[in-house]
Amino acid sequence: MSVTSEQVETRVVETLASFGPDASQIRRTATFEELDIDSLDLVELAQVVEDEYGVVLKGEDMKELKTVGDAIDLIVERADS
Amino acid sequence: MAEPRTDGCALVTGASRGIGAAIARTLAGDGWAVGVNYRSDRNAAEGVVASISLAGGRALALAGDVADPAVPEALFAALEAEYGCPVLVLVNNAGISADDLAPSLSDDAWDAVIATDLTAAFRLTRRALKPMLKARRGRIVNVASVVGLRANPGQSNYAAAKAGLIAFTKNAAVEVARRGITINAVAPGWIDTDMTAGVSTDLLAQVPARRAGTPQEVAACVRFLTSDEASYVTGAVLSVDGGLAA
Repeated sequence: MSVTSEQVETRVVETLASFGPDASQIRRTATFEELDIDSLDLVELAQVVEDEYGVVLKGEDMKELKTVGDAIDLIVERADS
Repeated sequence: MAEPRTDGCALVTGASRGIGAAIARTLAGDGWAVGVNYRSDRNAAEGVVASISLAGGRALALAGDVADPAVPEALFAALEAEYGCPVLVLVNNAGISADDLAPSLSDDAWDAVIATDLTAAFRLTRRALKPMLKARRGRIVNVASVVGLRANPGQSNYAAAKAGLIAFTKNAAVEVARRGITINAVAPGWIDTDMTAGVSTDLLAQVPARRAGTPQEVAACVRFLTSDEASYVTGAVLSVDGGLAA
């Protein structure tokens, strides 16, 4: 499936905002730590990504992610492969 | 019979008889549409479904050996398709025993009990948590045993599985507590069922209440733990054993 980075970004921001942080704070450079996004939030994000794009992100994938941009890039890369 | 709940449904594993059947009937009485899972006794499961229907409730018999890794997905998919809502209550009740003293306990007896009584509950819980996390609510109750809390000679495999189930309950509970999901265990003692029919009555003699419990007494505790009223109870183990573990 081919998805654009913009589409993924919109969905990721929407999902992360549902966990608490203000959408305006969720920029590509923002770290999950700054946003107070924890490991359970990332598990849920992975679930949304799997449902929407068929991209399976394992726990070890998520551990490597530090910023919102890291997550978007990984999802786009996996969706294109 | 309570008003039908349309926001979610319930799944009880090993519900064709004994404690599981009592739990299925009780949850149906609370308005839940209930998946009555069974492994082999289709007639008994259909009987539970029929008794629920007769009382004005909704239930569906679902075949499947929970020890099979493919079965959790099949059970959830069948229930979601039938009732058009997520499973918001899961009761991991299916259990087997294969008793022997540790020095002569076979690998097969060990593996079979761990697979059904512990690993299956983990896989079912993992599957259940997906829609529960999305819904920001859910209730999981694991049917453990007094033997997970105190020794009973001849049941080291069963005891290990049930103690493991209690530890899993506590750990998973704290992981998802902030999402409005509770995970608890009940630890029945000596309950009059087919499972205890052939077991040595040594344990029964030690019960302070001086009698065996009934499946309904266990179901009543599960009912509380699945209720809205139990929203602040999570990671707990509720003994239902006439004082045996005290």
